[in-house]
Amino acid sequence: MNYLQTKGRIFDIQRYSIHDGDGIRTICFLKGCVLRCKWCCNPESQEYGIQQMTVGGKVKTVGQDITVAQVMEIVEKDRPYYNRSHGGFTLSGGESLCQPEFARDLLRAAKGMGIRTAMESMGCAGWEVIEQILPYLDHYLMDIKHINSAKHKAFTGKGNELMLENARKIASSGQTRLSIRVPVIPTFNDSPEEIRDIAVFADKLPGVQDIYLLPYHRLGQDKYEGLGRKYELSDLLPPEPEHMQMLKKVVETSSKLKCHIGG
Amino acid sequence: MEKYYTSEIPKTDRIPKLVAHLYAKMPEIESARAKLITESYKETEALPIVMRRAKAFEHILDNIPIIIRENELIVGSTTIAPRGCQTYPEFSYKWLESEFETVATRTADPFYISDKTKKELLEADAYWEGKTTSELATSLMTEETKKAIEHNIFTPGNYFYNGVGHVTVQYDKVLAIGYEGIIAQVEDELAKCNVGDQDFCTKSQFLKAVLISCRAVIRYAERYAKLAESEASSCADPARKRELLQIASNCRRVPAKGATSFYEACQSFWFVQQLLQIESSGHSISPGRFDQYMYPYYKKDLDGGKLTREFAQELLDCVWVKLNDLNKCRDAASAEGFAGYSLFQNLIVGGQDKDGNDVTNDLSFMCITASKHVFLPQPSLSIRVWNKTPHVLMLKAADLTRTGIGLPAYYNDEVIIPSLLSRGLTIEDAREYNIIGCVEPQKAGKTEGWHDAAFYNMCRPLELVFSNGYDKGEKISIETGRVEDMTTFEEFYDAYKKQMNYNLSLLVNADNAIDTAHATRCPLPFLSCMVDDCIKRGKTVQEGGAVYNFTGPQGFGIANMADSLYAIKKLVYDEKKVTMAEYKRALAMNYGQGFDETSAAEIVTQIVKEMASQGLSVDESQIASMISAVMNTEISPEEKKRYEDLRAMIDEVPKFGNDIEEVDLFARDVAYTYTRPLLNYKNPRGGQFQAGLYPVSANVPLGAQTGATPDGRLAHTPVADGVSPSAGKDVHGPTAAANSVSKLDHGIASNGTLFNQKFHPTALSGEKGLENFVALIRSYFDQKGSHMQFNVVDRETLLDAQKYPEKYAHLVVRVAGYSALFTTLSKSLQDDIIRRTEQGF
Repeated sequence: MNYLQTKGRIFDIQRYSIHDGDGIRTICFLKGCVLRCKWCCNPESQEYGIQQMTVGGKVKTVGQDITVAQVMEIVEKDRPYYNRSHGGFTLSGGESLCQPEFARDLLRAAKGMGIRTAMESMGCAGWEVIEQILPYLDHYLMDIKHINSAKHKAFTGKGNELMLENARKIASSGQTRLSIRVPVIPTFNDSPEEIRDIAVFADKLPGVQDIYLLPYHRLGQDKYEGLGRKYELSDLLPPEPEHMQMLKKVVETSSKLKCHIGG
Repeated sequence: MEKYYTSEIPKTDRIPKLVAHLYAKMPEIESARAKLITESYKETEALPIVMRRAKAFEHILDNIPIIIRENELIVGSTTIAPRGCQTYPEFSYKWLESEFETVATRTADPFYISDKTKKELLEADAYWEGKTTSELATSLMTEETKKAIEHNIFTPGNYFYNGVGHVTVQYDKVLAIGYEGIIAQVEDELAKCNVGDQDFCTKSQFLKAVLISCRAVIRYAERYAKLAESEASSCADPARKRELLQIASNCRRVPAKGATSFYEACQSFWFVQQLLQIESSGHSISPGRFDQYMYPYYKKDLDGGKLTREFAQELLDCVWVKLNDLNKCRDAASAEGFAGYSLFQNLIVGGQDKDGNDVTNDLSFMCITASKHVFLPQPSLSIRVWNKTPHVLMLKAADLTRTGIGLPAYYNDEVIIPSLLSRGLTIEDAREYNIIGCVEPQKAGKTEGWHDAAFYNMCRPLELVFSNGYDKGEKISIETGRVEDMTTFEEFYDAYKKQMNYNLSLLVNADNAIDTAHATRCPLPFLSCMVDDCIKRGKTVQEGGAVYNFTGPQGFGIANMADSLYAIKKLVYDEKKVTMAEYKRALAMNYGQGFDETSAAEIVTQIVKEMASQGLSVDESQIASMISAVMNTEISPEEKKRYEDLRAMIDEVPKFGNDIEEVDLFARDVAYTYTRPLLNYKNPRGGQFQAGLYPVSANVPLGAQTGATPDGRLAHTPVADGVSPSAGKDVHGPTAAANSVSKLDHGIASNGTLFNQKFHPTALSGEKGLENFVALIRSYFDQKGSHMQFNVVDRETLLDAQKYPEKYAHLVVRVAGYSALFTTLSKSLQDDIIRRTEQGF
């Protein structure tokens, strides 16, 4: 089958995204995730199934099946902006790797059109899935949430062994630029020690130069209600800017990485 | 060494002091000019008009009170009160007399006026009955035209009531040779005139009028020199004393002679700028390419070790403050349309020279810094962008944008230059263009562009299609047939074009009547001596002395009309979901929202008129109760539901601004209904009409005069601004909106187009934010957009500023083509700014 006709399930396409990857980008959000992070700001991304969500008093269907060609038609529209800003196309989720063929073919199509590619992912999939994606990927934005597997499991539903292993393999492959992103979640991973452990791990990955600390925010809170779910972290406050600066210093003193706050 | 000096030069303590002094009080109306011009006119009734103008100008400059404000380095004030204004009874005056009691308390741009001033103005104004440009213009218009104006199809208010302004003169010539040099040129020209020449009478009078005007300007500067000396002699502070003596020396040299230093060049520039606005009340007198004509003086002094960058910056900052000292009181309705005390003095940096080389220089950067230092709405700072604009200049400009000042506006050489070529400019002149007022391109010192000739509300012809040429019970336009009987969309669209064309011809009549009135009653010899080829041709710009002549009325509401016509095409003709009769009733009933006071008053006016025609009279209290009866008209729940369903259907129809090819190309075609027919018309100066697509801020007050439109817009709410999508209808972010807007034909709208975008500060934060922002502008321009401007401020800030204006006295927002202090805007305009889609999230 022509790879442009590969179908997959998405829940949004966002143009003029300027906080994820280089330049001005179009993000395609794939539906379905392996993890169930309690702080997830896109809870509608977690289920693969098509859902109803109440937004601003209106019921909205979340999720649509779409071909690679249809996505590319939208991606193509902002080509002038990618050219001027060194931006491009970004895959996000959910976990994009949950739809391996679709993810691969989207990236392949973008590359085929001469558009730079990036993917936000936890790397939570078998190596054979990741391996077939790497030739089409310019920039892997990989989430590492915690070094301690037990704590990882408690907050996301899964241990971290596979993801850390994949991080090493991706870095060693030399096929893509790898950056590490850490959602900084109070009570979960916002202590200096926990951030330092992630930085030290990331610093050992060959070729990794940048680490992004993404402060926890509550913008997704209403969506839980819209989905009829309870938001478990309703008491949690976003980290103070001073705290983020302190964590940035921790990263810089314990590694050679360039540390950014925000995407 | 770096090609440009790009570092930020610090602000001196003087600047905040000058600003604080300027803004300490509400601006005030003064009567000196009105008294002086009236005195002079009474003495010169036997003389030709151009001579009377020169003598009046001379009499004003010799006698108007002058002042040097505290801490000023650049002097020349039109009023004693800071930011005060004079009046110009030769253009119009009755509106001000009728607004004496409200002008200090109105919401948009209030002015204080003392009882003494009122009395003096009334005395002076008494002379002007029947003698103004506005009265002559009225008598030159047809009845149909006057009716169309009365019914707000278009408003030529700007030049109808005021001077024209909207020009960039040859500042470079004054800087180089001074008025003594111009006097010598004029004397040469006069010597060449033979008494037997066909045009001897008019030409010699004009040239002599120029001589009188130039000599008056030199004497005016001398008055300042003397005042500075006298203040110096009694000044105890030695530093200030030195400054005053320097001011005296500057004013003694310029603008009589060519400037020999950067400081003198700044002072000389300022006298030109200020005195143009004493000669006539026009706004948008635009400094133009300031970084270009000032550069030789800066460079020479800097290289010669006579000037530090810090002092050069301070002088620029002082000029920027002075540009905010000039002010103008407009009538209440116009004040809404031009809100923010704006004089639209557009000053542009960057771009190309006549040979096509990039001419960015140190001053380009320092001008941007000056706007950051002074942080006031004037000048309307602009930047020319082309493929070879240095990236560092773009970053510097973007860095100013993110302060939220709404400056600079960005203009695209790659669209504007070819557009000007298509209007007959030479390639050299087109490359040297600058911007007048909001967005209007022209070649400085050669053009009388009449760039702001009228506002044409593109929604109104559509209302006339639905009403078959009637408005408020009166037939005001042609009949295009019953809308219910139109069986194809083409037939309907054709009716729109017919209504458009008929009213365009009336607009042309209005503009040409006003044009003729200005040439007859208010030729401007002083201004004309700085525009080619007035001296050689021996006539003022008002009489056709300029090399390039245009009239540029601006249409607005393009997004509403594109969405409206597209909705009708889809719902009525393609999908047949609604009948035209239903649509018509829904519009008349304002989609079931009931009648607001404006509509109710309109309906009652209609009834009262009909009653009067039958000999019945009604008193005020009866009218009031009729209005309240109309306002309380009950609509049945079923009917209301049908309107709600219709609006929901309209909502589902794709809208302009979302990067949908079919809709965007449709909008392109709708814009042509305005831009193309205009090109067929000529003005009395021998020039062509050319369209602009921008609203200043008239989309709010003129929207208030517009009924419900088929795009779902409710009656009396603002119409879309410029070429921007309707507020809140562009839901796919700034790139999609920009792509849609770029699909309009910007080149044909050679009087300028205006595209507003609004960002939260976070979208521009950090180095990456600036880079992406610059990329966004570049990409819009790659796709042949013409102009872009930005508001960078968050919604919460604006809401808070509405609540606590005192906390935000200096909050500047981009309104439309210019920046204004947010708290000085009317509530409805503030709401409109808040409502515009916030891009970037």
